[in-house]
Amino acid sequence: MATTEGTLASYRAEAEERGVPLSRVFLDGESRQSGKRPEVLEALMLERMNVMRQAVARGLAHPQRSRSGLVRGDAARMEAWIEGGGSLLGPAFSRLVAAALSVAEVNACMGRIVASPTAGACGVLPAALFRVAAEKGCTDEALVRAFFTAGGIGLCIEKLASLSGAEGGCQAEVGSASAMAAGALVELMGGTPAQVDHAVAFALANVMGLICDPVKGLVEVPCVKRNAMGAVNAAACAEMALAGMESVFPADAVIETMGKVGRRIPEEYRETARGGLAALPVPACETCGQGNFCS
Amino acid sequence: MGIFDIIGPVMVGPSSSHTAGAVRIGAFARKLLGEEPASAAIGLHGSFAATGEGHGTPLALLAGLLGMDPDDEGIPAAREIALERGLAFRFETVDLGEVHPNSVRLDLAQDGAELTVSASSVGGGRIRVFDIDGFQVDLDGVYPTVLLAYPDRAGAVAMVTTILSNAGMNIATIKAHRASRGGQALMSVELDHTPTAGVLNALRHLPHIDQVRFVPRLGFGG
Ligand code: SF4
Repeated sequence: MATTEGTLASYRAEAEERGVPLSRVFLDGESRQSGKRPEVLEALMLERMNVMRQAVARGLAHPQRSRSGLVRGDAARMEAWIEGGGSLLGPAFSRLVAAALSVAEVNACMGRIVASPTAGACGVLPAALFRVAAEKGCTDEALVRAFFTAGGIGLCIEKLASLSGAEGGCQAEVGSASAMAAGALVELMGGTPAQVDHAVAFALANVMGLICDPVKGLVEVPCVKRNAMGAVNAAACAEMALAGMESVFPADAVIETMGKVGRRIPEEYRETARGGLAALPVPACETCGQGNFCS
Repeated sequence: MGIFDIIGPVMVGPSSSHTAGAVRIGAFARKLLGEEPASAAIGLHGSFAATGEGHGTPLALLAGLLGMDPDDEGIPAAREIALERGLAFRFETVDLGEVHPNSVRLDLAQDGAELTVSASSVGGGRIRVFDIDGFQVDLDGVYPTVLLAYPDRAGAVAMVTTILSNAGMNIATIKAHRASRGGQALMSVELDHTPTAGVLNALRHLPHIDQVRFVPRLGFGG
């Protein structure tokens, strides 16, 4: 197995050798690099988690409206749908979707969020981790560890590929967030480092080639709903790995491939808002017939 | 790059480049000016002009000028706060030439002091200041930075490094920028640690140094 520095395989090898979860390896690495004690770093992560929690709550409780009008309270709408008993697969699934929408909407509407790994993809991790933790009764300590796993996976992707939509398309943003969340969920549920690796590989493989095509150049459409997709994909991939499915390719190879594909995505599909959905004319507002979505 | 660059920064949305980076550019300029500007002409270039409004870029730049950090929930209200505090601002679209698409030129004034800063938001909230009062610089606000204006002459850099090294200050980068040989020059010094008031004073008292300005390390918020 290739264990070049900075690859997920190298962290995994260290975790297996020491008999500790991946989060421990990432936390110790961060502690060495920053010169800060692990307890200090854990407290900092908890602070960030709390910012994320506020963002989840805010969008569900108060319909958000963006300056362009393209984002208008879908998280609150989803919440009402759950309250009305509409959930197709039970409320747990719908709440996962609602939480991702909520954070992404708060971001679109100039609210406070944690970029993870980017502002555009900020809804994926909090939705996946908080919702599964709530369903399974996980502690904050376990959640803090899972967020270190997520961050460490993000570091690997940053090193081997890219986390930027302008460089690699949406696969690098929402896709990376989804892979980080998938791996973190596996650890949260007590999976092995090898299973984390499989979940990361599944999640990125599922969004391979996804372009970045923000309508009007704004982080609103399709971005907010792609966050919901990222969270759902993360949960599905974590479950597949926990159920014992194995990826044909190791995560590092899938990450590197994502990076290669990203570099070959034409520029009009990399955040320039010149292609994909961004190239479609936005329909006029139904109420006034003039601006877009002004009602 | 560490885990808190991945799970972070804490910021007000929607975009690390169009919002968080814009706040940091405004904050850099305010700190360089040394106080809150009385007036600001804000020239938006490229994508800052084209999609800035929907990203809150004008609000973010104003917020930075008003002293807010990228995670300040007051950012959406920056226009009202500026009006309240008597900061006269004006936005225009400008063409800064072959620069990064997310760029801006800030013309600031306060009490007769004037300052022009041009900078780009280069991704992830990181910035690059490329012009200060017509001098081409290359600063990112990650280090505490000292800027010295002086008439270009031999020995100025040596005098500055002597004071800094005597004070035990490690220099990350030092660069002299000049408009023309023998004309006015600008020295930028990025330090590993924040200099004391004593060190800044010693620099101010150097012969032939017209002006010493200091920009502390820019936070990311959260
Ligand atoms: S479409 Fe582009 S801007 Fe929107 S979330 Fe994806 S990468 Fe970010």
